[in-house]
Amino acid sequence: MKSKILAVPYIVWMIIFTVIPLGLVIFFAFTTQNGNFTFSNIIAMNDYLDVLFRSIEYSVIATVICLILALPVAYLISRLARGKQGTMLMIVILPMWINFLLRTYAWMTLLEENGLINRFLGLFNLGPFNLINNSGAVILGMIYNYIPFMILPLYSVMTKIDKSVIEAAQDLGCSGFHILTKIILPLSKQGISTGIITVFVPSVSTFIISRMLGGGTNDLIGDIIEAQFLGNSYNPHLGSAMAIVLMVIVILIMSLFNQFGSEEAVI
Amino acid sequence: MNKVLFRTITALIIIFLYIPILVLIVFSFNESKSRANFTGFSLQWYEKLFHNEAILTALFNTIVIAIISSLLATVIGTAAAIGINKMKPITKTVIMNVTYIPIINPEIITGVSLMLLFRAFTVYSGFEFGFISLILAHITFNIPYIIYSIMPKLRQMNPNLVEAAQDLGCSPTQAFFKVTIPEIMPGVLSGFLMAITYSIDDFVISYFNSGTTVETLPITIYSMTRKKVSPEINALSTIIFIVILAVLLIKNAISNYNLRKQRLEYIASKS
Repeated sequence: MKSKILAVPYIVWMIIFTVIPLGLVIFFAFTTQNGNFTFSNIIAMNDYLDVLFRSIEYSVIATVICLILALPVAYLISRLARGKQGTMLMIVILPMWINFLLRTYAWMTLLEENGLINRFLGLFNLGPFNLINNSGAVILGMIYNYIPFMILPLYSVMTKIDKSVIEAAQDLGCSGFHILTKIILPLSKQGISTGIITVFVPSVSTFIISRMLGGGTNDLIGDIIEAQFLGNSYNPHLGSAMAIVLMVIVILIMSLFNQFGSEEAVI
Repeated sequence: MNKVLFRTITALIIIFLYIPILVLIVFSFNESKSRANFTGFSLQWYEKLFHNEAILTALFNTIVIAIISSLLATVIGTAAAIGINKMKPITKTVIMNVTYIPIINPEIITGVSLMLLFRAFTVYSGFEFGFISLILAHITFNIPYIIYSIMPKLRQMNPNLVEAAQDLGCSPTQAFFKVTIPEIMPGVLSGFLMAITYSIDDFVISYFNSGTTVETLPITIYSMTRKKVSPEINALSTIIFIVILAVLLIKNAISNYNLRKQRLEYIASKS
């Protein structure tokens, strides 16, 4: 009986700092500056549909590429000897310990017009190419920053696939391609959906990657939300409406991949 | 399975992951300000870094905020986990789902929602954005990680242990500190460490809730990247990378050592 009381401070905290703030976002989204009820903020989102679609497009592309690239990496790690698995995982995770601003900044150094890649290509009389401030650079930034989020959940389900299952399939004449589509992928479903969520959600809501690598011409929904709260076009009401739209996208993606509320989804 | 192809892809991904970091490190020793032209070896950016008042203050702020917020989050979160564990399944599910919100919500939404709350505080009281708002925000996003790392330990724990301790004369408080706490300690510790890391690393939520007076390290880094040329960032990244590498290697060495010791003890006990 007594120990239930221990949760009371947290419940109070949760209500003040999680529930009420989200309530405030909803309240701001549906009110004018004078506090009157309105749909105009939501309707105003019509003007930003291109930004919204761009955000979704870029993050879908980034998520798909992450998935394709992470599958072989995760599978390879999961088939290594136990001790080697730990080392390889550490190698994959280590870059994530460096702040993502620094990692994205490093890509600016590599991609800019006088950057290292263009100088390198210049040695072969190639370029200079326009590598930064375009959609490709933003997507690259997303893949670079979030691909470990795809490798980790894939690895953790693949490491549970019994070697003998794959060997049995091989013995029964399964080709490499069919082993992938009939055994590995179906058994990795859980990891794939977790990976898709953990890559898509930060990608679709980013505002730093697009600003640093997109050069201001590839604004995403995160950028315009930020502009409503801290930028030039201060308007928390419109910003809250945008935040709600973003939240709806995230919830849709999550329910699509059927993970909402499941404790196992936490890595 | 095409082993060669898989190995090639894995190798390329690892190169892809490390090239930017390598570039940062190499250019931290560059003599000139150039980010693409290595003109000669020099340690001047390290020297400049250690005389950069803004960076040192930001580093201090980051550490203070991380320690205070992680400690408070650990206390609140540990108590919460123990309490939630005793609740009815329905209440438990509701609370755990709300706890999940800060973990799954895009950071920018957690950031702006807290900003709206703190702005309401400033309107109705003398509250100001700064240290306090940062610590409150960090506690908020840290508690869920603590709770989620303790819950499995509580579930694994044998519920009879506490009763046994009480049968043997422990008061409920004694049983709590002598049985429950030691049992869940690994979860508490790993939750605390996770909270410290998230706190030090956080940019987005801090960015919206720092106000204009207090900067954490990621916020300072952000304003430096806006200036385009600032090789001190490279020096800073190199130091951070080496510190992290050292910590992970030491951690690895300790767990290897423990493993070997356990194995030896096991062999010794059998012979």
